Amino acid sequence: MPGPDKETDLTERIEAFLSDLKRGGSGTGPLRGSAETARETTALLRRITAQARWSSAGDLMEIIRKEGRRITAAQPSETTVGNMIRRVLKIVREEYARSRGSSEETDQQESLHKLLTSGGLSEENFRQHFATLKANVIEAINELLTELEGTTDNIAMQALEHIHSNEVIMTIGRSRTVEAFLKDAARKRKFHVIVAECAPFCQGHEMATSLSKAGIETTVIADAAIFAVMSRVNKVIIGTQTVLANGGLRAVNGTHTLALAAKHHSTPLIVCAPMFKLSPQFPNEEDTFHKFVSPHEVLPFTEGEILSKVNVHCPVFDYVPPELITLFISNIGGHAPSYIYRLMSELYHPEDHEL
Amino acid sequence: MADSGVTDEPGTKDDVHRAKTEGKELSKEEKQRLRKEKKQQKKNKEKKDEKASHESEKKKNKEEKPVSAAAPASQPPTQPSTQKAVPAPAPVPVPVSETPALADKPAKTKADLKAERRARQEAERASKQAATSKPKAPPNELQPVVKRLPEHVQVDNPGVLKKLAKKLERQQTPGCNAATNAKIPLRLDYGYKVSLFSHLHQYSRKAPLTQQLSIPSTVIHPAIVRLGLQYSQGIVAGSNARSVALLHAFKQVIRDYTTPPNEELSRDLVNKLKPYISFLSQCRPLSASMGNAIKYIKKEISNIPSQCKEEEAKRKLLSCIDCYIDEKIILAAKAIAKSSIEKISNGDVILVYGCSSLVNHILCEAFEKNIKFRVIVVDSRPRLEGREALRRLVQRGISCTYVLISAVSYILPEVSKVFLGAHALLANGYVMSRVGTSQIALVAKAFNVPVLVCCETYKFCERVQTDSFVSNELDDPDDLIVTRKGKTQLEHWQDVPSLGLLNLVYDVTPPDFVDLVITDLGMIPCTSVPVVLRVKNVDQ
Repeated sequence: MPGPDKETDLTERIEAFLSDLKRGGSGTGPLRGSAETARETTALLRRITAQARWSSAGDLMEIIRKEGRRITAAQPSETTVGNMIRRVLKIVREEYARSRGSSEETDQQESLHKLLTSGGLSEENFRQHFATLKANVIEAINELLTELEGTTDNIAMQALEHIHSNEVIMTIGRSRTVEAFLKDAARKRKFHVIVAECAPFCQGHEMATSLSKAGIETTVIADAAIFAVMSRVNKVIIGTQTVLANGGLRAVNGTHTLALAAKHHSTPLIVCAPMFKLSPQFPNEEDTFHKFVSPHEVLPFTEGEILSKVNVHCPVFDYVPPELITLFISNIGGHAPSYIYRLMSELYHPEDHEL
Repeated sequence: MADSGVTDEPGTKDDVHRAKTEGKELSKEEKQRLRKEKKQQKKNKEKKDEKASHESEKKKNKEEKPVSAAAPASQPPTQPSTQKAVPAPAPVPVPVSETPALADKPAKTKADLKAERRARQEAERASKQAATSKPKAPPNELQPVVKRLPEHVQVDNPGVLKKLAKKLERQQTPGCNAATNAKIPLRLDYGYKVSLFSHLHQYSRKAPLTQQLSIPSTVIHPAIVRLGLQYSQGIVAGSNARSVALLHAFKQVIRDYTTPPNEELSRDLVNKLKPYISFLSQCRPLSASMGNAIKYIKKEISNIPSQCKEEEAKRKLLSCIDCYIDEKIILAAKAIAKSSIEKISNGDVILVYGCSSLVNHILCEAFEKNIKFRVIVVDSRPRLEGREALRRLVQRGISCTYVLISAVSYILPEVSKVFLGAHALLANGYVMSRVGTSQIALVAKAFNVPVLVCCETYKFCERVQTDSFVSNELDDPDDLIVTRKGKTQLEHWQDVPSLGLLNLVYDVTPPDFVDLVITDLGMIPCTSVPVVLRVKNVDQ
């Protein structure tokens, strides 16, 4: 039985993680990539599974849901956390179903027919106790962790299929996935990269220095010049913060403009996003969709005299509708935006969409 | 590429040689008379052949104009070759030629020759139109079409650079010997240029041209030196501001000018202005509005009758310049404001980009008329001109919002109209404006928000352009460097061989993004720009 020390240890870890998230999201703490967040969340969930007290799958799911709600409330814009929690919940369901018997394995898809005929049978209360459930769940979570570690490499391996020589590729801001993607292609092919700096945070500068150190011809342009140079660009490759359920994106500020310019010039827009960024949210809540940071980035306090008389906005994210996107490249291959909803049903259970 | 003195027509080689030897001995006026005679002879002889060769020349050149081939007659190959062969002051076209129709500078200095030629060409054209069936629009002002590419878009051609250097050496006040260091220095490019833009200059703000000037500089008037420095450091920025500053500087030049003996004011003053214009274009490439202003001044100067006394001529010129500023800039702004105010209604949310003096004027006028609206100012790095606009508007009391250009998709659903300023309006309907304008127009179109461009007619330009690469301005690349949280990522960008920074100044907006252009002649669609140009040319 996990003793009281372990319990407090667990709660401490959860609290530490929560405060990290809160600080990291405001832009002042150490910025972490989504992959890191995903890994840490999964590790934390594994620890919860191992150390918390639960007797049946239902209990475990309740605990995970409770902690999950707290964690997502700490930083709502960090959707990878919520995604990982839903993945683990799905793992728990699967393991439970497997322990119960293989007949339940086909219960992956809730088809209309099943819903009508089975009636109330889908009411699983997950109350049965299985001795091996814990071990199985932890093993499955370990598999998930290995998958997470390999995502960037899996995506980068596909680079040569999409980039030919002497191409001009445009990207915006800084994405570790895209960086790995381009560096992998640069080992065999010669091409040019144009990076839009993405004010006010100017993460594009870091991306450009890192790419040029790998020997790629890089050019940094201001955001205002995106449309001006787009006529010369062959492909636009971007990363994103979240992939939404309808195939749209929630990406860094300025991506919508980039997507519109690419559409105008019929330039393909490729999004490199690992599967853990896929989130079952829809972009219909305008108020909760956007996140803002201090307007000091846009209009610094040195402009004091006018500062009090103007409204200044500094949104962090942009919504990009799925019509503007050509291709998603993820660790399981390439997909069209219209296919995303199917992937969602493989990764998450419909009942977990609302934590 | 544009023809140079190198490609001579076989028949004119002797004339060139003769002119060269003769040129050093004859006085200027005799030279010009000689030229006139030669031209007249040649015209009668070589009319037909030159037309054919000129058409092939036209195909070589990138610039297209709605001018017929009837105009050139025998002008292009012979005139430039004879002129070029004659040393100082060579009437080489200054890289102002936004409108190559008047790039043939020698024509402008001889108004009577022009009239002669016009009459002859009318006759020619009448006969030609009867013969051929080519659908060509007859030019209003029958200028010989010498389509030379301006120097500032041929930086990647070493021959052109050498020619420019030589031209700068030649442009001195007559009487100065070439050995003194009284010449305009050639400004060198700075930094690694992105390969797409290797045909353009890229200067550094830390190395202004004035540092290379020797003191005393007898070639360049101090007001012009100051102006050049103001341009290159960005102290005077904005199309209208630059034109007005230029005209004021020229007024000072005219006031301080004295005609040397045996010279005519109308010719000498124009030649005096040439080195100044070269100097200014080295400090910062000339804008379309400045080009038009310079053309106007040169025309006015050359139209001064030779009997006119110097004082009177100077007074006349000064009043002409004042009149130009008044009409084309100040009154035009009033007229545009009047039309635009009809388009602003209560409750409007207006989006503006950067700092356009005209758009600011319009908004202030609308505010005076007690229309209730609010303004969203969009700004972009690295120039951050929007802050200046914000200051001006807030001082008047207009309620404003401020965002960067990357947030424009976020803010656009609130916007009811977009007002944009323009640097120039091109003859194919494209709007040339500060970089980022086309982006705003694109996103506004996607959100179905009307886009209105405000532009005075003196900024209309006969050039055509379809993308932002062929003719643009590259600003100092170091401006993109920024220090955030104590770290400057791009500080040592010069040391990394594969890293380049691109700081564009202008871009072109296609006419389908623009719903309306408000000018002092009224509200026109973007595609009516060539019509306005034609009307203007007929008036002149």
